[in-house]
Amino acid sequence: MMTVNPCSGDLPGVFGETMPFLCQGALVTLQSAAGGAALAIVIALIVGLMASSPLRTVRGVARVYMEFFRGTSVLVQLFWLFYAMPILTGYQLDKVFAGVLALGLNLGAYGSEVVRGALQAVPPSQREAAIALNFTPLQRMRYVILPQAFAEMVPPMNNLLIELLKATSLLSVITVADLAYEGRLLVNSGSDQLVVFALMLVIYFLFSYTITLVMRFVEKRAARMVGRGKPRRATAAAEAAR
Amino acid sequence: MIQFDKVVKRFGDVTVLRELDFHVKPAERVTLIGPSGSGKTTILRLLMTLERVTSGTIEVDGQCLSHMKRGDRTVPADEKHLRQVRKKIGMVFQQFNLFPNMNVLRNITEAPVRALGVPREQAEEKARELLEMVELSDKALAHPSQLSGGQQQRVAIARALAMEPEVLLLDEVTSALDPELVSGVQSLLRDIARSSNLTLLCVTHEMNFARDISHRVLMFDQGQIVEDGPPEQIFNEPEQQRTRDFLQAVLDA
Repeated sequence: MMTVNPCSGDLPGVFGETMPFLCQGALVTLQSAAGGAALAIVIALIVGLMASSPLRTVRGVARVYMEFFRGTSVLVQLFWLFYAMPILTGYQLDKVFAGVLALGLNLGAYGSEVVRGALQAVPPSQREAAIALNFTPLQRMRYVILPQAFAEMVPPMNNLLIELLKATSLLSVITVADLAYEGRLLVNSGSDQLVVFALMLVIYFLFSYTITLVMRFVEKRAARMVGRGKPRRATAAAEAAR
Repeated sequence: MIQFDKVVKRFGDVTVLRELDFHVKPAERVTLIGPSGSGKTTILRLLMTLERVTSGTIEVDGQCLSHMKRGDRTVPADEKHLRQVRKKIGMVFQQFNLFPNMNVLRNITEAPVRALGVPREQAEEKARELLEMVELSDKALAHPSQLSGGQQQRVAIARALAMEPEVLLLDEVTSALDPELVSGVQSLLRDIARSSNLTLLCVTHEMNFARDISHRVLMFDQGQIVEDGPPEQIFNEPEQQRTRDFLQAVLDA
Protein backbone atom coordinates (compact mmCIF):
# COMPACT_ATOMS: atom_id res chain seq x y z
CA MET A 1 0.00 0.00 0.00
CA MET A 2 1.25 3.44 -0.83
CA THR A 3 1.25 5.86 2.02
CA VAL A 4 0.67 9.48 1.29
CA ASN A 5 2.25 12.13 3.42
CA PRO A 6 -0.57 14.63 3.91
CA CYS A 7 1.94 17.39 4.55
CA SER A 8 3.86 16.85 1.34
CA GLY A 9 4.26 19.64 -1.17
CA ASP A 10 4.00 17.05 -3.96
CA LEU A 11 0.26 16.64 -3.41
CA PRO A 12 -1.79 17.62 -6.46
CA GLY A 13 -3.01 21.16 -7.05
CA VAL A 14 -4.18 23.33 -4.20
CA PHE A 15 -3.34 20.65 -1.60
CA GLY A 16 0.31 20.60 -2.48
CA GLU A 17 0.29 24.34 -2.34
CA THR A 18 -1.38 24.71 1.07
CA MET A 19 -0.87 21.56 3.14
CA PRO A 20 2.84 22.08 3.97
CA PHE A 21 1.97 25.44 5.54
CA LEU A 22 -1.14 24.19 7.27
CA CYS A 23 0.82 21.29 8.73
CA GLN A 24 3.44 23.64 10.08
CA GLY A 25 0.69 25.69 11.65
CA ALA A 26 -1.03 22.59 12.99
CA LEU A 27 2.18 21.56 14.70
CA VAL A 28 2.42 24.93 16.45
CA THR A 29 -1.26 24.65 17.41
CA LEU A 30 -0.61 21.23 18.84
CA GLN A 31 2.44 22.40 20.75
CA SER A 32 0.69 25.37 22.30
CA ALA A 33 -2.35 23.24 23.13
CA ALA A 34 -0.13 20.62 24.80
CA GLY A 35 1.80 23.25 26.73
CA GLY A 36 -1.37 25.07 27.74
CA ALA A 37 -3.04 21.81 28.78
CA ALA A 38 -0.09 20.72 30.91
CA LEU A 39 -0.02 24.09 32.65
CA ALA A 40 -3.82 24.22 33.01
CA ILE A 41 -3.95 20.76 34.60
CA VAL A 42 -1.19 21.56 37.08
CA ILE A 43 -2.87 24.86 38.00
CA ALA A 44 -6.29 23.20 38.19
CA LEU A 45 -5.02 20.61 40.65
CA ILE A 46 -3.18 23.07 42.86
CA VAL A 47 -5.86 25.77 42.90
CA GLY A 48 -8.66 23.18 43.11
CA LEU A 49 -7.03 21.68 46.19
CA MET A 50 -6.52 25.15 47.63
CA ALA A 51 -10.20 25.92 47.06
CA SER A 52 -11.04 22.84 49.15
CA SER A 53 -8.72 23.81 51.99
CA PRO A 54 -10.07 24.13 55.52
CA LEU A 55 -8.12 27.39 55.84
CA ARG A 56 -10.17 30.39 54.84
CA THR A 57 -7.25 32.49 53.56
CA VAL A 58 -6.06 29.69 51.29
CA ARG A 59 -9.59 29.27 49.95
CA GLY A 60 -9.79 33.02 49.48
CA VAL A 61 -6.62 33.17 47.39
CA ALA A 62 -7.90 30.34 45.20
CA ARG A 63 -11.27 32.03 44.82
CA VAL A 64 -9.72 35.33 43.72
CA TYR A 65 -7.55 33.55 41.19
CA MET A 66 -10.46 31.56 39.78
CA GLU A 67 -12.82 34.51 39.51
CA PHE A 68 -10.20 36.79 38.00
CA PHE A 69 -9.01 34.47 35.27
CA ARG A 70 -12.45 33.13 34.42
CA GLY A 71 -13.89 36.60 34.34
CA THR A 72 -11.45 38.15 31.87
CA SER A 73 -11.00 37.08 28.28
CA VAL A 74 -8.05 35.01 27.12
CA LEU A 75 -7.39 37.57 24.43
CA VAL A 76 -7.07 40.42 26.91
CA GLN A 77 -4.87 38.29 29.16
CA LEU A 78 -2.75 37.58 26.12
CA PHE A 79 -2.42 41.30 25.36
CA TRP A 80 -1.35 41.93 28.92
CA LEU A 81 1.24 39.17 28.96
CA PHE A 82 2.65 39.99 25.56
CA TYR A 83 2.25 43.75 25.12
CA ALA A 84 1.64 45.29 28.54
CA MET A 85 4.13 43.23 30.56
CA PRO A 86 7.21 44.55 28.73
CA ILE A 87 6.04 48.12 29.34
CA LEU A 88 5.52 47.47 33.04
CA THR A 89 8.46 45.17 33.76
CA GLY A 90 10.77 45.67 30.83
CA TYR A 91 10.72 41.95 30.20
CA GLN A 92 9.50 40.65 26.85
CA LEU A 93 8.07 37.13 26.83
CA ASP A 94 8.48 34.84 23.87
CA LYS A 95 5.16 34.89 22.02
CA VAL A 96 4.50 31.15 22.13
CA PHE A 97 5.41 31.14 25.79
CA ALA A 98 3.09 34.08 26.46
CA GLY A 99 0.36 32.20 24.63
CA VAL A 100 0.85 28.98 26.56
CA LEU A 101 0.88 30.99 29.79
CA ALA A 102 -2.37 32.80 28.98
CA LEU A 103 -4.11 29.57 27.95
CA GLY A 104 -2.86 27.71 31.00
CA LEU A 105 -3.85 30.47 33.42
CA ASN A 106 -7.28 30.88 31.91
CA LEU A 107 -8.27 27.25 31.40
CA GLY A 108 -6.53 26.40 34.69
CA ALA A 109 -9.07 28.65 36.42
CA TYR A 110 -11.95 26.74 34.87
CA GLY A 111 -10.19 23.48 35.68
CA SER A 112 -9.81 24.45 39.34
CA GLU A 113 -13.56 24.69 39.56
CA VAL A 114 -13.82 21.19 38.07
CA VAL A 115 -11.30 19.81 40.57
CA ARG A 116 -13.01 21.56 43.49
CA GLY A 117 -16.41 20.21 42.43
CA ALA A 118 -15.08 16.69 42.00
CA LEU A 119 -13.44 16.76 45.43
CA GLN A 120 -16.69 17.93 46.93
CA ALA A 121 -18.59 15.15 45.17
CA VAL A 122 -16.72 12.49 47.15
CA PRO A 123 -19.09 11.52 49.99
CA PRO A 124 -18.04 12.95 53.39
CA SER A 125 -18.36 9.43 54.79
CA GLN A 126 -15.22 8.48 52.84
CA ARG A 127 -13.27 11.19 54.61
CA GLU A 128 -14.69 10.05 57.93
CA ALA A 129 -13.69 6.46 57.27
CA ALA A 130 -10.19 7.70 56.47
CA ILE A 131 -10.08 9.68 59.72
CA ALA A 132 -11.25 6.62 61.65
CA LEU A 133 -8.36 4.68 60.11
CA ASN A 134 -5.99 7.38 61.30
CA PHE A 135 -4.70 8.56 57.94
CA THR A 136 -2.99 11.96 58.04
CA PRO A 137 -4.88 14.77 56.26
CA LEU A 138 -2.43 14.49 53.36
CA GLN A 139 -2.85 10.71 53.11
CA ARG A 140 -6.63 11.09 53.17
CA MET A 141 -6.39 13.33 50.15
CA ARG A 142 -3.75 11.30 48.36
CA TYR A 143 -5.06 7.76 48.84
CA VAL A 144 -8.79 8.15 49.43
CA ILE A 145 -10.31 11.41 48.20
CA LEU A 146 -8.28 12.29 45.09
CA PRO A 147 -8.46 8.87 43.39
CA GLN A 148 -12.23 8.92 43.78
CA ALA A 149 -12.54 12.53 42.67
CA PHE A 150 -10.38 11.83 39.64
CA ALA A 151 -13.09 9.76 37.99
CA GLU A 152 -15.45 12.72 38.36
CA MET A 153 -12.98 15.14 36.82
CA VAL A 154 -12.36 13.43 33.53
CA PRO A 155 -15.53 14.23 31.53
CA PRO A 156 -15.57 17.98 32.29
CA MET A 157 -11.80 18.09 31.72
CA ASN A 158 -12.41 16.69 28.26
CA ASN A 159 -14.59 19.71 27.54
CA LEU A 160 -11.98 22.09 28.85
CA LEU A 161 -9.18 20.53 26.80
CA ILE A 162 -11.24 20.93 23.65
CA GLU A 163 -11.97 24.54 24.62
CA LEU A 164 -8.27 25.01 25.10
CA LEU A 165 -7.42 23.53 21.73
CA LYS A 166 -9.79 25.90 20.01
CA ALA A 167 -8.62 28.86 22.04
CA THR A 168 -5.10 28.38 20.65
CA SER A 169 -6.34 30.13 17.51
CA LEU A 170 -6.31 33.36 19.55
CA LEU A 171 -2.52 33.10 19.60
CA SER A 172 -2.51 34.07 15.93
CA VAL A 173 -3.43 37.57 17.08
CA ILE A 174 0.00 38.01 18.62
CA THR A 175 1.47 36.53 15.40
CA VAL A 176 2.13 33.01 16.67
CA ALA A 177 2.29 31.02 13.43
CA ASP A 178 -0.40 28.49 14.37
CA LEU A 179 -2.98 26.83 12.15
CA ALA A 180 -5.31 29.82 12.13
CA TYR A 181 -2.42 32.17 11.34
CA GLU A 182 -1.07 30.04 8.48
CA GLY A 183 -4.57 29.71 7.09
CA ARG A 184 -5.14 33.44 6.99
CA LEU A 185 -1.74 33.90 5.44
CA LEU A 186 -2.49 31.41 2.66
CA VAL A 187 -5.81 33.08 1.92
CA ASN A 188 -4.22 36.51 1.88
CA SER A 189 -1.60 35.30 -0.55
CA GLY A 190 -4.23 34.03 -2.97
CA SER A 191 -5.00 30.40 -2.14
CA ASP A 192 -8.56 29.20 -2.58
CA GLN A 193 -10.42 30.43 0.50
CA LEU A 194 -12.98 27.64 0.56
CA VAL A 195 -10.38 24.90 0.41
CA VAL A 196 -8.15 26.45 3.05
CA PHE A 197 -10.98 27.13 5.48
CA ALA A 198 -12.36 23.63 4.92
CA LEU A 199 -8.97 22.07 5.60
CA MET A 200 -8.66 24.13 8.79
CA LEU A 201 -12.03 22.87 9.97
CA VAL A 202 -11.04 19.28 9.34
CA ILE A 203 -7.70 19.61 11.11
CA TYR A 204 -9.19 21.28 14.22
CA PHE A 205 -11.90 18.66 14.30
CA LEU A 206 -9.46 15.76 14.03
CA PHE A 207 -7.43 17.16 16.90
CA SER A 208 -10.41 17.68 19.16
CA TYR A 209 -11.83 14.28 18.33
CA THR A 210 -8.50 12.71 19.23
CA ILE A 211 -8.69 14.46 22.62
CA THR A 212 -12.18 13.05 23.13
CA LEU A 213 -11.06 9.52 22.29
CA VAL A 214 -8.12 9.70 24.66
CA MET A 215 -10.26 11.16 27.45
CA ARG A 216 -12.93 8.49 26.98
CA PHE A 217 -10.27 5.87 27.44
CA VAL A 218 -9.03 7.62 30.57
CA GLU A 219 -12.61 7.94 31.81
CA LYS A 220 -13.24 4.22 31.45
CA ARG A 221 -10.04 3.37 33.26
CA ALA A 222 -10.85 5.83 36.03
CA ALA A 223 -14.39 4.52 36.40
CA ARG A 224 -13.09 0.99 36.69
CA MET A 225 -10.59 2.07 39.33
CA VAL A 226 -13.41 3.24 41.59
CA GLY A 227 -15.55 0.21 40.83
CA ARG A 228 -18.00 1.79 38.44
CA GLY A 229 -18.21 0.14 35.09
CA LYS A 230 -17.13 -3.41 34.50
CA PRO A 231 -13.99 -4.62 36.21
CA ARG A 232 -11.88 -6.68 33.87
CA ARG A 233 -10.07 -9.84 34.90
CA ALA A 234 -6.87 -8.37 33.60
CA THR A 235 -7.07 -5.35 35.91
CA ALA A 236 -7.84 -7.50 38.92
CA ALA A 237 -4.71 -9.47 38.16
CA ALA A 238 -2.70 -6.29 37.64
CA GLU A 239 -3.92 -5.01 41.00
CA ALA A 240 -2.83 -8.20 42.66
CA ALA A 241 0.60 -8.01 41.11
CA ARG A 242 1.24 -4.54 42.44
CA MET B 1 -10.98 3.46 79.42
CA ILE B 2 -13.55 5.98 78.25
CA GLN B 3 -14.61 8.87 80.42
CA PHE B 4 -17.25 11.46 79.51
CA ASP B 5 -17.33 14.45 81.82
CA LYS B 6 -20.18 16.98 81.51
CA VAL B 7 -20.11 16.63 77.75
CA VAL B 8 -22.33 19.03 75.86
CA LYS B 9 -22.77 18.86 72.11
CA ARG B 10 -24.84 21.38 70.22
CA PHE B 11 -25.47 21.61 66.49
CA GLY B 12 -26.57 25.21 66.03
CA ASP B 13 -29.60 25.62 68.28
CA VAL B 14 -30.12 21.92 68.77
CA THR B 15 -28.62 20.43 71.90
CA VAL B 16 -27.82 16.80 71.23
CA LEU B 17 -25.98 15.94 74.43
CA ARG B 18 -26.68 17.64 77.76
CA GLU B 19 -23.93 17.49 80.36
CA LEU B 20 -23.39 13.83 79.78
CA ASP B 21 -21.32 11.84 82.28
CA PHE B 22 -20.45 8.21 81.90
CA HIS B 23 -17.48 5.93 81.83
CA VAL B 24 -16.59 2.61 80.31
CA LYS B 25 -14.04 0.29 81.87
CA PRO B 26 -11.33 -1.47 79.84
CA ALA B 27 -12.66 -4.57 78.05
CA GLU B 28 -16.18 -3.61 78.98
CA ARG B 29 -18.86 -3.98 76.32
CA VAL B 30 -21.50 -1.29 76.45
CA THR B 31 -24.52 -0.90 74.23
CA LEU B 32 -26.34 2.38 73.74
CA ILE B 33 -30.03 2.12 73.02
CA GLY B 34 -32.72 4.74 72.69
CA PRO B 35 -34.90 6.51 70.15
CA SER B 36 -33.45 8.08 67.02
CA GLY B 37 -32.02 11.52 67.63
CA SER B 38 -31.24 10.79 71.26
CA GLY B 39 -27.53 11.38 70.65
CA LYS B 40 -26.21 7.83 70.59
CA THR B 41 -24.39 8.08 67.30
CA THR B 42 -23.06 11.51 68.27
CA ILE B 43 -21.29 9.87 71.19
CA LEU B 44 -19.46 7.51 68.85
CA ARG B 45 -18.65 10.33 66.44
CA LEU B 46 -17.23 12.43 69.28
CA LEU B 47 -15.06 9.52 70.35
CA MET B 48 -13.83 9.01 66.79
CA THR B 49 -13.04 12.77 66.67
CA LEU B 50 -15.38 13.22 63.73
CA GLU B 51 -17.11 15.88 65.84
CA ARG B 52 -15.84 18.24 68.53
CA VAL B 53 -17.47 18.69 71.91
CA THR B 54 -19.17 22.01 72.58
CA SER B 55 -18.05 21.82 76.20
CA GLY B 56 -16.93 19.22 78.71
CA THR B 57 -14.19 16.65 78.26
CA ILE B 58 -13.80 13.16 76.91
CA GLU B 59 -10.86 11.04 77.94
CA VAL B 60 -9.74 7.82 76.34
CA ASP B 61 -7.23 5.80 78.31
CA GLY B 62 -6.41 8.90 80.35
CA GLN B 63 -5.82 11.10 77.30
CA CYS B 64 -8.09 14.00 76.57
CA LEU B 65 -9.61 13.91 73.08
CA SER B 66 -10.30 17.56 72.53
CA HIS B 67 -7.46 19.30 74.32
CA MET B 68 -3.82 18.81 75.07
CA LYS B 69 -1.28 20.26 77.45
CA ARG B 70 1.27 22.65 76.09
CA GLY B 71 3.52 23.66 78.91
CA ASP B 72 1.03 24.18 81.68
CA ARG B 73 -1.71 25.55 79.45
CA THR B 74 -4.51 23.54 77.96
CA VAL B 75 -4.96 24.19 74.26
CA PRO B 76 -7.23 22.63 71.62
CA ALA B 77 -5.82 19.38 70.28
CA ASP B 78 -3.83 19.57 67.06
CA GLU B 79 -3.79 16.92 64.35
CA LYS B 80 -0.76 15.20 65.84
CA HIS B 81 -2.44 14.82 69.21
CA LEU B 82 -5.65 13.61 67.58
CA ARG B 83 -3.76 10.96 65.64
CA GLN B 84 -2.16 9.80 68.83
CA VAL B 85 -5.52 9.30 70.54
CA ARG B 86 -7.21 7.85 67.48
CA LYS B 87 -4.65 5.08 67.37
CA LYS B 88 -6.55 3.39 70.18
CA ILE B 89 -9.95 3.69 68.56
CA GLY B 90 -11.53 1.91 65.62
CA MET B 91 -14.96 2.39 64.15
CA VAL B 92 -17.35 0.40 61.97
CA PHE B 93 -19.98 2.46 60.15
CA GLN B 94 -23.60 1.85 59.32
CA GLN B 95 -22.89 2.28 55.60
CA PHE B 96 -19.59 0.30 55.70
CA ASN B 97 -17.71 3.16 53.94
CA LEU B 98 -15.25 0.88 52.20
CA PHE B 99 -12.93 2.71 49.81
CA PRO B 100 -14.22 2.09 46.27
CA ASN B 101 -10.83 2.88 44.75
CA MET B 102 -9.21 -0.14 46.39
CA ASN B 103 -9.84 -3.86 46.36
CA VAL B 104 -10.72 -5.71 49.54
CA LEU B 105 -7.14 -6.50 50.51
CA ARG B 106 -6.03 -2.91 49.98
CA ASN B 107 -8.95 -1.62 51.99
CA ILE B 108 -7.60 -3.61 54.92
CA THR B 109 -3.87 -3.04 54.43
CA GLU B 110 -3.77 0.59 53.31
CA ALA B 111 -4.22 2.19 56.73
CA PRO B 112 -1.74 -0.05 58.61
CA VAL B 113 0.82 0.53 55.85
CA ARG B 114 0.30 4.29 55.46
CA ALA B 115 -0.78 5.42 58.89
CA LEU B 116 1.16 2.98 61.09
CA GLY B 117 4.09 2.23 58.81
CA VAL B 118 3.66 -1.55 58.94
CA PRO B 119 5.61 -3.23 56.11
CA ARG B 120 3.20 -4.16 53.32
CA GLU B 121 3.98 -7.88 53.43
CA GLN B 122 3.29 -8.03 57.11
CA ALA B 123 0.07 -6.05 56.68
CA GLU B 124 -1.09 -8.41 53.96
CA GLU B 125 -0.38 -11.45 56.04
CA LYS B 126 -2.42 -9.97 58.86
CA ALA B 127 -5.17 -8.96 56.42
CA ARG B 128 -5.41 -12.50 55.12
CA GLU B 129 -5.76 -13.81 58.65
CA LEU B 130 -8.53 -11.30 59.28
CA LEU B 131 -10.25 -12.21 56.02
CA GLU B 132 -10.17 -15.82 57.09
CA MET B 133 -11.76 -14.87 60.38
CA VAL B 134 -14.58 -12.99 58.62
CA GLU B 135 -14.85 -15.90 56.15
CA LEU B 136 -13.98 -13.93 53.05
CA SER B 137 -10.59 -15.37 52.14
CA ASP B 138 -11.67 -15.88 48.55
CA LYS B 139 -12.62 -12.21 48.17
CA ALA B 140 -9.23 -10.65 48.86
CA LEU B 141 -8.87 -9.36 45.30
CA ALA B 142 -12.53 -8.59 44.75
CA HIS B 143 -13.76 -5.05 44.46
CA PRO B 144 -16.08 -3.79 47.24
CA SER B 145 -18.88 -3.24 44.71
CA GLN B 146 -18.81 -6.96 43.92
CA LEU B 147 -19.69 -7.87 47.49
CA SER B 148 -23.04 -8.07 49.25
CA GLY B 149 -23.80 -5.65 52.06
CA GLY B 150 -23.05 -8.29 54.67
CA GLN B 151 -19.73 -9.11 53.05
CA GLN B 152 -18.84 -5.43 52.80
CA GLN B 153 -19.57 -4.95 56.47
CA ARG B 154 -17.41 -7.95 57.36
CA VAL B 155 -14.57 -6.42 55.36
CA ALA B 156 -15.15 -3.12 57.20
CA ILE B 157 -14.86 -4.99 60.51
CA ALA B 158 -11.63 -6.63 59.37
CA ARG B 159 -10.37 -3.23 58.24
CA ALA B 160 -11.04 -1.69 61.63
CA LEU B 161 -9.41 -4.61 63.46
CA ALA B 162 -6.31 -4.44 61.26
CA MET B 163 -5.42 -1.23 63.10
CA GLU B 164 -5.43 -3.17 66.38
CA PRO B 165 -7.58 -0.72 68.30
CA GLU B 166 -8.24 -1.00 72.01
CA VAL B 167 -11.71 0.48 71.65
CA LEU B 168 -14.07 -0.51 68.88
CA LEU B 169 -17.08 1.64 68.05
CA LEU B 170 -19.98 -0.01 66.25
CA ASP B 171 -22.46 2.43 64.75
CA GLU B 172 -25.68 0.59 63.85
CA VAL B 173 -23.58 -1.85 61.90
CA THR B 174 -26.47 -4.04 60.78
CA SER B 175 -29.05 -1.32 60.07
CA ALA B 176 -28.20 -1.04 56.38
CA LEU B 177 -28.20 -4.80 55.77
CA ASP B 178 -30.85 -7.01 54.23
CA PRO B 179 -32.57 -8.98 57.00
CA GLU B 180 -31.03 -12.31 56.00
CA LEU B 181 -27.51 -10.89 56.23
CA VAL B 182 -27.88 -9.45 59.72
CA SER B 183 -27.29 -12.61 61.72
CA GLY B 184 -23.99 -13.41 59.97
CA VAL B 185 -22.50 -10.04 60.91
CA GLN B 186 -23.91 -10.25 64.42
CA SER B 187 -22.49 -13.68 65.15
CA LEU B 188 -19.13 -12.54 63.81
CA LEU B 189 -19.16 -9.60 66.20
CA ARG B 190 -20.22 -11.86 69.05
CA ASP B 191 -17.22 -14.12 68.37
CA ILE B 192 -14.88 -11.16 68.19
CA ALA B 193 -16.28 -9.73 71.41
CA ARG B 194 -15.90 -12.98 73.32
CA SER B 195 -12.44 -13.88 72.03
CA SER B 196 -10.77 -10.52 72.56
CA ASN B 197 -10.53 -7.94 75.28
CA LEU B 198 -11.65 -5.07 73.11
CA THR B 199 -13.56 -2.31 74.79
CA LEU B 200 -16.76 -2.20 72.80
CA LEU B 201 -19.17 0.67 72.43
CA CYS B 202 -22.12 -0.24 70.34
CA VAL B 203 -25.16 1.64 69.04
CA THR B 204 -27.90 -0.68 67.85
CA HIS B 205 -31.62 -1.13 67.39
CA GLU B 206 -31.29 -4.91 67.60
CA MET B 207 -32.25 -5.65 71.18
CA ASN B 208 -31.35 -9.33 71.06
CA PHE B 209 -27.90 -8.45 69.84
CA ALA B 210 -27.57 -5.85 72.60
CA ARG B 211 -28.61 -8.43 75.19
CA ASP B 212 -26.12 -10.97 73.83
CA ILE B 213 -23.08 -8.88 73.47
CA SER B 214 -23.05 -6.35 76.28
CA HIS B 215 -22.06 -6.19 79.89
CA ARG B 216 -23.99 -2.98 80.27
CA VAL B 217 -26.80 -1.24 78.47
CA LEU B 218 -27.33 2.52 78.54
CA MET B 219 -30.78 3.81 77.72
CA PHE B 220 -30.64 7.26 76.11
CA ASP B 221 -33.25 9.88 75.66
CA GLN B 222 -32.87 13.53 74.69
CA GLY B 223 -29.13 13.56 75.11
CA GLN B 224 -29.07 12.06 78.56
CA ILE B 225 -28.78 8.64 80.11
CA VAL B 226 -32.16 7.58 81.41
CA GLU B 227 -31.15 4.20 82.71
CA ASP B 228 -27.91 2.29 83.11
CA GLY B 229 -27.68 -1.38 84.00
CA PRO B 230 -26.85 -4.93 82.98
CA PRO B 231 -28.85 -6.18 79.98
CA GLU B 232 -30.97 -8.60 82.04
CA GLN B 233 -32.19 -5.79 84.22
CA ILE B 234 -32.77 -3.26 81.41
CA PHE B 235 -34.63 -5.70 79.19
CA ASN B 236 -36.47 -7.73 81.83
CA GLU B 237 -37.28 -5.25 84.54
CA PRO B 238 -36.61 -1.70 83.41
CA GLU B 239 -37.05 0.82 86.20
CA GLN B 240 -37.86 3.86 84.15
CA GLN B 241 -41.15 4.42 82.37
CA ARG B 242 -39.21 5.91 79.41
CA THR B 243 -37.26 2.68 78.98
CA ARG B 244 -40.41 0.59 79.22
CA ASP B 245 -42.11 2.71 76.54
CA PHE B 246 -39.10 2.52 74.26
CA LEU B 247 -38.70 -1.23 74.57
CA GLN B 248 -42.41 -1.70 74.05
CA ALA B 249 -42.26 0.37 70.85
CA VAL B 250 -39.19 -1.47 69.56
CA LEU B 251 -40.57 -4.92 70.27
CA ASP B 252 -43.91 -4.09 68.69
CA ALA B 253 -42.25 -2.97 65.48
